[in-house]
Amino acid sequence: MICPPPAQLSSLELLGFGDCGWGATLLWGFGNSILIAIGAYALGFLIGVTGAFGKLYGGPVAKDLWSVYTTLVRAVPELVLMLILYYAVPAGLNQLLIASGYERIDLPQFITGVVVLAFVQGAYQTEVLRGAILAVPHGQIEAARAMGMAPGQVARRVIFPQMTANAVPGLGNLWLNATKDTALLAVIGFSELTKATYQASATTKAFFTFYPAAMAMYLLISLISIFAFARIEKWARKGQRDVRG
Amino acid sequence: MADDAATRPETIKVEDLHKSFGSHHVLKGVSLTAREGDVVAIIGGSGSGKSTMLRCVNFLETPSSGRIAIGGEDVVMKPDGSPADRKQIERLRQSLGMVFQNFNLWTHRTVLENLIEVPVHVMKTPKDEAIARARKLLARVGLAEKEGAYPAYLSGGQQQRAAIARALCMEPRAMLFDEPTSALDPELVGEVLQVIRGLADEGRTMVLVTHEMKFAREVASHVIYLHNGLIEEEGPPDALFGAPKSERLKQFLKSVG
Repeated sequence: MICPPPAQLSSLELLGFGDCGWGATLLWGFGNSILIAIGAYALGFLIGVTGAFGKLYGGPVAKDLWSVYTTLVRAVPELVLMLILYYAVPAGLNQLLIASGYERIDLPQFITGVVVLAFVQGAYQTEVLRGAILAVPHGQIEAARAMGMAPGQVARRVIFPQMTANAVPGLGNLWLNATKDTALLAVIGFSELTKATYQASATTKAFFTFYPAAMAMYLLISLISIFAFARIEKWARKGQRDVRG
Repeated sequence: MADDAATRPETIKVEDLHKSFGSHHVLKGVSLTAREGDVVAIIGGSGSGKSTMLRCVNFLETPSSGRIAIGGEDVVMKPDGSPADRKQIERLRQSLGMVFQNFNLWTHRTVLENLIEVPVHVMKTPKDEAIARARKLLARVGLAEKEGAYPAYLSGGQQQRAAIARALCMEPRAMLFDEPTSALDPELVGEVLQVIRGLADEGRTMVLVTHEMKFAREVASHVIYLHNGLIEEEGPPDALFGAPKSERLKQFLKSVG
């Protein structure tokens, strides 16, 4: 069907899921944003755990490499880093593939987006987790060693549970960053929430309908996340006395 | 006890142990033998190396040189004194129950979970068996009602008694105590010493670093006085405390008097 000019539609119709509404587009973008954030955060967590243990317990070369990584990534604006990585990573990968005699491939935008954001997340998570590990009292680790635990068991059964409580506030911040950093992917044309909002409002000129709607969705993720992280922290702090007495 | 001394097996044997931290020579060749049922007390001033000596026994500190044997089994060392076989160290540590000055109970686990942690997850004891053993030990140290409590909610004396029970729950061959009452308020020292005395009475092999001279005299079968990383004097408690030979030990006993 042919839609009437946007000026004749109400906000509800514009945001709705009818033929002339943009609801489905926005929701699609919203879903993409959440998926990218989850993917990047999870991958960033793996990088962060590896990096934190590497920086603390690795050999001299590992320590240096992790330091270069965290320093560089945290020093460059995320947008710049994202642009570099977004164009450089697939290009570099393809050069490598062609040089080793393989066909070039086109990485799906979604995967590239996740990897690029995870690369940024990983650097910050490395530092948050490193601090959290350092805050585990030495005696806790020593007791585990003295009773015959292997290094892997000490990490899994003592360091990890204890550092979680220390890490949750910092990791919560980084998760909120991750959900909002997905908006940077709009610059490279990925259809996440910000890009979808931009398209909808540019087409209809109803800026004051779509941007507040997008804001509300970002706010919704944040509120749910803050609630969830508070629950996780309460769980992780079991056994600790409230410092407020 | 002296008559059968030679026939009882050597549970812990340390020979000519040296330890340096950088250029600081902390232990300058010390030896110790704890036969089954012995209670060896190590005394000495601050910085004498007594804690380091104890911590070398289960390799929490890496010796610089020397020989250590647990239950007749030599710890395999590299030329620099560091353990050559991590698995061996881990196995031997499970046969030595260590009790720390600061308790070091795992704060994220309840008292009962602290006790069964290593038996269940490291030594692969069936869980119900470990729990039954843990409950018996908690009753013994007077903490039966606290099994579900987290360490932060216990007094220092209760935490140390729980830590002793945790070490016992591994059914160790010997117990190592590193100044077990030094971090306690004076009124809580007694309850911990009473538990340790009970262990001595039932014939457990123990090595004890302590500042409690009266206690050492009562429970120890052998006392070692360390000074500046060397054994200045050693012998049965009555001889050491009753008739000290060396001038330094006399002064030390007077100062802690």
